[in-house]
Amino acid sequence: MDLLLFVRTHLSFLKSWPDWIVYVLVVFVFAFAILNTLVAPLTGISTYIERRLAGRVQYRWGPNRVGFRSLLASLPITRWMARLADKQPFKFLGSKIPGGLLQFAADGLKLFMKEDIVPTGADKMMFKLSPYIVLAGSFAAFAVFPVSHGCSATNLNIGIFYVIAISSLVVPGILMAGWGSANKWSLFGGMRSAAQIVSYEIPVGIALLTTVMLAGTMNMNEIVTAQRSGYGIESAGALGWFAFRYGGLMLIPFLIYFIGGCAEVNRTPFDLPEAESELVSGYHTEYSGFRWSFFFMAEYSNMFAVGAIATTMFLGGPLPPYPVQWTEALFAGMNPNLALILRFTEGFAWFFAKSYFFVLVMIHMRWTLPRYRVDQLMGLCYKVLIPIALTWFVIMCGVKMFRMETTLPRATAAVEAHR
Amino acid sequence: MMPVASLEWFLMIAAFLFACGIYTILTRKNAVSVLMGVELVLNSANINLVAFARFVKPAASLGPQSVPIPMESGAAAVIYGAPWASGHVFAAFVIILAAAEAAVALGIILGIYRSMGGVDVDEVSALKG
Amino acid sequence: MILTLAAAGSSWADPAFWVFLAFAAMTVGSAVLVAATRNIVYSAYALLLTFFGVAGLYVFLDADFIAAAQVLVYIGGILVLILFGVMLTNRIHDIHLSNETTHPVTGAIIAGAVFLVLAYVALRTDWELDPRPAVPTSQEIGKAFMGKYLLAFEAASVLLLAALIGAAYLARRGEKE
Repeated sequence: MDLLLFVRTHLSFLKSWPDWIVYVLVVFVFAFAILNTLVAPLTGISTYIERRLAGRVQYRWGPNRVGFRSLLASLPITRWMARLADKQPFKFLGSKIPGGLLQFAADGLKLFMKEDIVPTGADKMMFKLSPYIVLAGSFAAFAVFPVSHGCSATNLNIGIFYVIAISSLVVPGILMAGWGSANKWSLFGGMRSAAQIVSYEIPVGIALLTTVMLAGTMNMNEIVTAQRSGYGIESAGALGWFAFRYGGLMLIPFLIYFIGGCAEVNRTPFDLPEAESELVSGYHTEYSGFRWSFFFMAEYSNMFAVGAIATTMFLGGPLPPYPVQWTEALFAGMNPNLALILRFTEGFAWFFAKSYFFVLVMIHMRWTLPRYRVDQLMGLCYKVLIPIALTWFVIMCGVKMFRMETTLPRATAAVEAHR
Repeated sequence: MMPVASLEWFLMIAAFLFACGIYTILTRKNAVSVLMGVELVLNSANINLVAFARFVKPAASLGPQSVPIPMESGAAAVIYGAPWASGHVFAAFVIILAAAEAAVALGIILGIYRSMGGVDVDEVSALKG
Repeated sequence: MILTLAAAGSSWADPAFWVFLAFAAMTVGSAVLVAATRNIVYSAYALLLTFFGVAGLYVFLDADFIAAAQVLVYIGGILVLILFGVMLTNRIHDIHLSNETTHPVTGAIIAGAVFLVLAYVALRTDWELDPRPAVPTSQEIGKAFMGKYLLAFEAASVLLLAALIGAAYLARRGEKE
């Protein structure tokens, strides 16, 4: 459902207001909500998870100081209790609640206080403008993600195409940062990054096109609806998701999308633009303080966006892995408002769980795999991913044309009987 | 519901973009800048195509939406799409051609830069590199 | 001329019209910058704004597919190519890249004449308007591509392939020598 329509139907006092005021209101409230409920905690919690995981992988402590455990330990009453019992009273809590949970808040505070440096030789306008362009490019995609059952900020009929298109705004932004910094490492990093993103857009686009072709629509909500059934079953649960349809044939485009997506957000093993050993830290070498944190937020929200697109296009978006009918039947007897909220929450939870799964996989990959070389990176894209993606697209065209979707025998019989 | 602005608005913007593109092509010395002018001109043409597709009545020669074809087993139809879609299709073709043109032009410009040490279009007058 | 434009049936009370005006101003203003800026990188980034503004105009023309294609191909493809062209054909450590112009007066006269002719035609022609509701375009475009324009579509794909190979050949030729 369109957010505007949703607001109009459910908030009755807005009905008499003119269209444009409601629209501006919705845009601002939605942008505010996105920024505060999704992006800021998402970035913060992702960094926390990333650091903890990195600590585990590298066999060292992650952040373990700023947080609830140390907070608890510093309270007078707990100190008193500890002295009274002459042992650590919160040992059991300590094993459950990791310290360092507030590390990201401390980081944010540090970034706020840092000096905002513009290099002397830099092109000031370009230097200052580019973080906004990069951030805008990565946030604008959030407008069409179906965060719950049939609910996205705007129900564009070109959904996924819009996401791919608006994400490409990042590339000129990165080049702008690289060029405006007046630093050769920044420039090389920016150009590498741009070349990488532009190249990997091709296999990613073809992999997504396979799904679009199978679903017969670019609207993300309708793509989700198309994944409710599969193998001839009306409500198929996880079997209906495109990744598992057609007897697992679609796993290949799914993998290609995920590899290409990792490359597009410049994450290890594809983080050549930020290769510390060669390029200091790529196009954001010269940035500090809050401008740097913009690039940082853009990177983490891009990671989430890649996860969200993979979720929507291949893993059913907000659909649960069990048949939807189960919970629908469960909610049917309830108060309609409560049922609406429960259904919304269910979809929301599944969407975020699945998207976050991809973020976690990306973080794991970063700390597990070594970095590619530049020629290997381009070779992987042009010599491996694009041919496979194209071939698989043609194969899936054939599958769709001859209606070769495998059906379970019992369900087929039921469908035939229904006809 | 018609768009908020009338056809003339779009045509005037397109005409202005066209003039800017022509000016850029005529006065710039740098080959990359000339390419930018060409892109402006292509964009202005595209605005016109899409604006006409939206506002103006499609010509009768654009034909019906589908043409039935008699076949041995019943009748099939070739679906042509709405008549106004022709404008959008032409705009899409212009975008496709612009992409091809930009890629080839950049290849040529890089070649010129490599063999002549500059991309000034006035100085590129030799036929043999 | 301006009076004709002002009276051309646009509702000044509609806020959407003001948004349209903002996009139009962005497009026109950045086009002027493309033509007039002394720094070639500024020209390229002004072109970014022009492309984005044109995409906005497409949205106002209810051409959703073309608008997204414009952003994808022009901003994500052609603009990046142009930026690479700028950066590869200059000594890039110098951030004040000049962008010389020749014969600005002659160019301005010719461009002005072109604009006047186009504007005259646009405003004086009696367009046969066809008021109709806005519909999603992608489906109809797909039908037209796969029906009436199938041959042209295939020819365009062959052309793209040829351009791809040709551009790669042109760009790589110098490296082997």
